[in-house]
Amino acid sequence: MDQLNSYLFIAAILFSLGVFGVITRRNGIAVLMGVELILNAANINFIAFSRFGGMNFDGHVFGLLVIVLAAAEAAVALAIIINIYNNMNTINVDQASQLKQ
Amino acid sequence: MTNLQSLDLFWPELIITVVILTALIVDLCIEKSKSDVVGWVLVIGLLITAIAIWNQDKTTTTLFTDMIVLDPFATFFKLLIILSTLLVAVVSWQNNELDEYRKGEYFTLLGILVLGLFLMASSIDLIMVYISIEVVSIMSFILAGYLKLDTRSNEAGLKYVVYGAFSSGIMLFGLSILFGLTGSTNYFIIQKSLAGLDGSASAALVMALLMILAGFGYKISAVPFHFWTPDVYEGAPTTITAYLSVAPKAAGFAIIIRFFHQVFADGGALADAESLSMTDVPWPEIIGILAVATMTLGNLVAIQQESIKRMLAYSSVAHAGYMMLALPVLSIQTVYAIMVYLVMYLFMNLGAFFVVITVKNKTGGETFDDYRGLGWEMPFIGVVMTLFMLSLTGLPPTAGFIGKFYIFSALISGGSQYYWLAIVGGINSVISLYYYFHVVKVMFLEGERKETLVQPPEVMSGVLLATAIPVFLFGIYWNPVVNWVQNSLIFYVQTM
Repeated sequence: MDQLNSYLFIAAILFSLGVFGVITRRNGIAVLMGVELILNAANINFIAFSRFGGMNFDGHVFGLLVIVLAAAEAAVALAIIINIYNNMNTINVDQASQLKQ
Repeated sequence: MTNLQSLDLFWPELIITVVILTALIVDLCIEKSKSDVVGWVLVIGLLITAIAIWNQDKTTTTLFTDMIVLDPFATFFKLLIILSTLLVAVVSWQNNELDEYRKGEYFTLLGILVLGLFLMASSIDLIMVYISIEVVSIMSFILAGYLKLDTRSNEAGLKYVVYGAFSSGIMLFGLSILFGLTGSTNYFIIQKSLAGLDGSASAALVMALLMILAGFGYKISAVPFHFWTPDVYEGAPTTITAYLSVAPKAAGFAIIIRFFHQVFADGGALADAESLSMTDVPWPEIIGILAVATMTLGNLVAIQQESIKRMLAYSSVAHAGYMMLALPVLSIQTVYAIMVYLVMYLFMNLGAFFVVITVKNKTGGETFDDYRGLGWEMPFIGVVMTLFMLSLTGLPPTAGFIGKFYIFSALISGGSQYYWLAIVGGINSVISLYYYFHVVKVMFLEGERKETLVQPPEVMSGVLLATAIPVFLFGIYWNPVVNWVQNSLIFYVQTM
């Protein structure tokens, strides 16, 4: 059980760092890195629960699928950011602000 | 049901997969100028899918070893999704914004989006919930940023991807905690193990629920997860805006209803006025306050908008609020009311956005200034838009009135503690009257009259009629909708 707690602790720290990164960073790529941290925190949770909680393989399967989807999401996000860079010469999410109230 | 047996009942999704692949291949073989053909592939494919869904009718079972369900509730949402996709696909041929681009991928992505929405409406497993939400999100990111050369569309894509990835990440973390607490990803097993949890786990459970709510709330653009909505809706191609405001929202409500009903209610058939009573946290009040915040914010900010497209974006936030009003009372009547509202909302909201597309094709603008005197220049557009605005406000005799009527009456039958929600909803409808009628006023009372009449293209007139006639008809004779919803109110229930 102690082992499980330490893994959950790491996951919680990773999650908080990810949220912090998304909120404070203004560089598009850095925001994406924050999101990746959040996803990986969840992955650690899944695997740790699966391994130490005496559960079946659902957690492992979930983890694998999350990795796949995270890759797909990152690919799309990077494509959008490259496109922004080509058109506006910046990847700062705050400078993309033509749409206002 | 095992995997092989399931394939027999999985025809609609299989057909869509074939359609997606066909669309991709057809797109490879034709020139850019002829890429509209891919739209035909999608439209015909969706019609075949609709027939396949219709044939399944009342089958109620789980597929792929309890991954997704097939029940009339899911079928209802699938048909709703197909209907909106068909309308949007037809209008996409006419949308001038897309003219410079190859439309093959556009229609293909729309097909994949439909597949994701189907899975959203029918998933009963946390894995499927996450996958389907991600499929829908990723496709929406691309479609929102489809106009590669238009910086506004780029910005819409960027904002959507940042908010979308962030909130689905938070939801995933919540799902992982829920998985840890219950040891399973299946709704029914989760429900059973939650019932056996003692009080020591309730803090973790509340946190997990709040995180999951963030992911769901983002899909239906509820306050406080709505920040992406106005910017994405304004920057995206208008056809996609129309689509995002209807289909993913409907599927989002499907997933919320199924999740809260099967995981946190009794997991059985819908009882009368059951509420979410797992933890000490007052869920009905929290969701009620979120609903009130959502519609009030949507309405108050919509008043200040210059652009009609952005005004409609805020109005769609407000309409999500009206539907959320019914969520705290998770009874058979409220689910029924939400489903009726979704049917009405589909026609009136798509119709309003289609008018915006028609006007933008003609004048190139989407602000109130571009609508000056439009009612006299394009009488058909003026009349149809007036009808949609009446309906969005919720005045009789239109579909919007019937939708609101069902929501409010479900609230009132839920008991006296929900009266205040109905009252706030009523006040909000009055506020919305102001900005919806501003459109009508600008179209008919401002600007000089022009003698020359302009006719919209025939296809657009046809689609506008196809949305306007139901809006008017269902305001007078709404029995078909009500019957359809009534017959669809059957959930798959696991007997353990």
